[in-house]
Amino acid sequence: MFIDSVVDQWKEKTQDPAFAAVTEWKERTGNKVAGYFPVYTPMELIYACGMLPVGLTGAGNKLEIINADARFGSFICSIAKSTMELGMRNNLSPFDVIFFQSICDTARNLAFLFKRNFEPDLSIEYIHFPQNMDSAAALEFLITEYQRVLRKMEGLTGKIVEAEDIRRSIRLYNQNRAWIRELNSFRQNHPQSISASEMYILLKAGHFMSPEEHTVLLIHVLSDLQQRKVTMRDTIRVVLEGSFCEQPPLELLQALDEAGCYVVDDDLLLGRRWYESDVAVTGDPIHALAEAYIEKSVYSSVRHDMKRTRTEGLLKKVHAANADAVVFCIAKFCEPAFFDYVLLKGALEREQVPHLLVEFEEKMWTFEKARTEIETFVESLLFD
Amino acid sequence: MMENEVKEKAYHGQMHRIQKELMMRWYSQLDQAEETGTPVVYMMVSGNCVELLHAFGVLPVYPEINALQLAIRNQSLPALLKSEEIGYSSDNCGYVKADMGSYAMGNKSSLATKIPKPSLILCNYVGCSTYIKWFEHIADLTKAPLYMLDIPFVREDEPSSHDIHYVVRQLHEVVEILEKQTGRKLDWDHLRATVKMARQAEDLWSQVKHFAQHSPSPFDAYFDSTTLMGPLYVYRGTQDCVDFFRVTANELRERMHNGVGVVPNEKFRIVVEGPPPYPHFRVFREMLARWGACAVASTYSTVGGIWEFGFRHDPNRPLESIAEHMLNHNLANRNFLQRYAQIKRYIEEYSADALVIHSVKSCRLFSAGQGDMREYFTRDLGIPTLFVESDLEDPRYFAPAQMRNRIDAFFEALEHKKFYRQGGTA
Repeated sequence: MFIDSVVDQWKEKTQDPAFAAVTEWKERTGNKVAGYFPVYTPMELIYACGMLPVGLTGAGNKLEIINADARFGSFICSIAKSTMELGMRNNLSPFDVIFFQSICDTARNLAFLFKRNFEPDLSIEYIHFPQNMDSAAALEFLITEYQRVLRKMEGLTGKIVEAEDIRRSIRLYNQNRAWIRELNSFRQNHPQSISASEMYILLKAGHFMSPEEHTVLLIHVLSDLQQRKVTMRDTIRVVLEGSFCEQPPLELLQALDEAGCYVVDDDLLLGRRWYESDVAVTGDPIHALAEAYIEKSVYSSVRHDMKRTRTEGLLKKVHAANADAVVFCIAKFCEPAFFDYVLLKGALEREQVPHLLVEFEEKMWTFEKARTEIETFVESLLFD
Repeated sequence: MMENEVKEKAYHGQMHRIQKELMMRWYSQLDQAEETGTPVVYMMVSGNCVELLHAFGVLPVYPEINALQLAIRNQSLPALLKSEEIGYSSDNCGYVKADMGSYAMGNKSSLATKIPKPSLILCNYVGCSTYIKWFEHIADLTKAPLYMLDIPFVREDEPSSHDIHYVVRQLHEVVEILEKQTGRKLDWDHLRATVKMARQAEDLWSQVKHFAQHSPSPFDAYFDSTTLMGPLYVYRGTQDCVDFFRVTANELRERMHNGVGVVPNEKFRIVVEGPPPYPHFRVFREMLARWGACAVASTYSTVGGIWEFGFRHDPNRPLESIAEHMLNHNLANRNFLQRYAQIKRYIEEYSADALVIHSVKSCRLFSAGQGDMREYFTRDLGIPTLFVESDLEDPRYFAPAQMRNRIDAFFEALEHKKFYRQGGTA
């Protein structure tokens, strides 16, 4: 089937530490490429500048860490180290600029290590996202922040960006997010038809192509999925939570499938959804993007909004997906996710939603222990 | 090699007595706060707006200080274990864990005094993302109102006028909240007077820090600074703070003029990066002092503010200068490369022989990337650099034998380099 060949092809490409797909895109279009470390990067702005925004989520278990360990202490997450390693091995040479955001202290320090070690060959940009969503001043601040970044990108490409360029880009990403939501809703209705790892690969493929191309891919995949012949298994429906930045190994997602979980929603790559609904395409587009972050951004452990709390976000997600349980899938040393775990698990317990914690690292080699834990968890719910 | 065993009794002057009195008074005021009806505001140490609190007559509570006090008095482990029982990961910040554990165990200070519940949780998000989590958790437990005072990180050379404007607007919102909570309008003249007193204390603190440029240094800018930082953070903006630093400056100046060094036979002048291992504070100090190593500057002592390079609060622009302090003149909100520049400047201006990086597990703001920092100082600048790891709160991460071995090996090599190779004798 089409979906099988797409997944096979992109399984390789999305895990390729040499970024051949990026080089290929660059050669094909002659345009510049901007990498972005997780999360909430305004891809619309980057794309409006004529650059391809490419998600950077570490090197998984495809790159041996030889140089980067010595640049960090012992207690630092794998994604920071493997991303540094990519830079030190010159694997990021297809990129012109890398974006980092104020998601945690490690990501922030990494941005400045990048500056010292890789500028001027690679430009480094850092965005501060406002955390005081209640203040009227936050929106105005983010608008000036996006304007600052836009001016710098214009300097890099030598091209002035018009409001209409940004609006066009917003339209394309709105469309892309709509199809991602469509795919997500398909898997919630037919979880037997698409596995967690397939869903993940299809989303991640979007990291390496324009929003138009990704949308076309998703449309084909969805029509193909309708034809898939599968039978339901004895499983539980779970929401996967905590992997918005560092990504679990594919083998761990497969272990979840095999151990009897239908993943019906997740925050992997934040689903590239980032906003709960469309960004406005009328009026000032920078205002629209800033407003979208403040009013509509999808919750995660690195966005703090007291009006739309993460506990409410998770409970809403669990109910909407009709999930039986939550599996916290958290990267070792991920401070934001582990802190949130305490609050989130409290909320789940109050609502009597069962949950399980699985810790992972990029360089995790054996999945037996995790699989056994998940199987036991699933059985305890199935035979309850 | 080891002629420098530390036998002398540590210096105890009037400054130490006043420091103790001030801190005891603070704890006692907190203990009584619920009875006296004094509002208390929880806040963090890094670049904060304590001047605003003093202008309203409300008391600051610093969960960080409570946590480090538990560690330094060897009381942190039960609280840490309690937090792990609640669900905190072994890899989360030990300060937060000790504070949360301690809350669950009755919320007492290390002196067994009561820590009152907050009237307001004022999260000054100044560089440390963990602050946000910490204060959200406190809000979850206490149900007190939380204001997230968002301070944009220094991502260009300097904060922009937009950054300053954004912070000032938020400070106005904080003023409104405090006016509501205390039932009285902010007296701007009083705020200006408070900011003026902060400025006077900053002048004196900066003088004290510069005493360490003298050899031998009359105080240790890493270990002794932590003692001086208590009054600086709790009382900055009051006359008590000015008086304390006047006494301190006078005493240390006199010692400096008399050629009395804090470390007997000062042999090595070091810059220290990173927070101290509070659960093993004295042991660590002795491990360095026995080599005649004196910290002449430290980055940890600038978490709350960097004044030695000239910044002062300005009574004529109270809120703007508070904003500038929070944005740009404290270690936590400045970027990692600005920290390299700060350390480099210390090494040059304080005639240091070496850099010691104490990398702590708890604090990624400090530790993420310190290997690169070592690379920069050793490879690019040729500065001897020692890198050691433990924790600021959790006693389980300090391996005394290993720590001592590394320190000894480093100073042995440094001794050879400084006194034999340079002196031309073997």
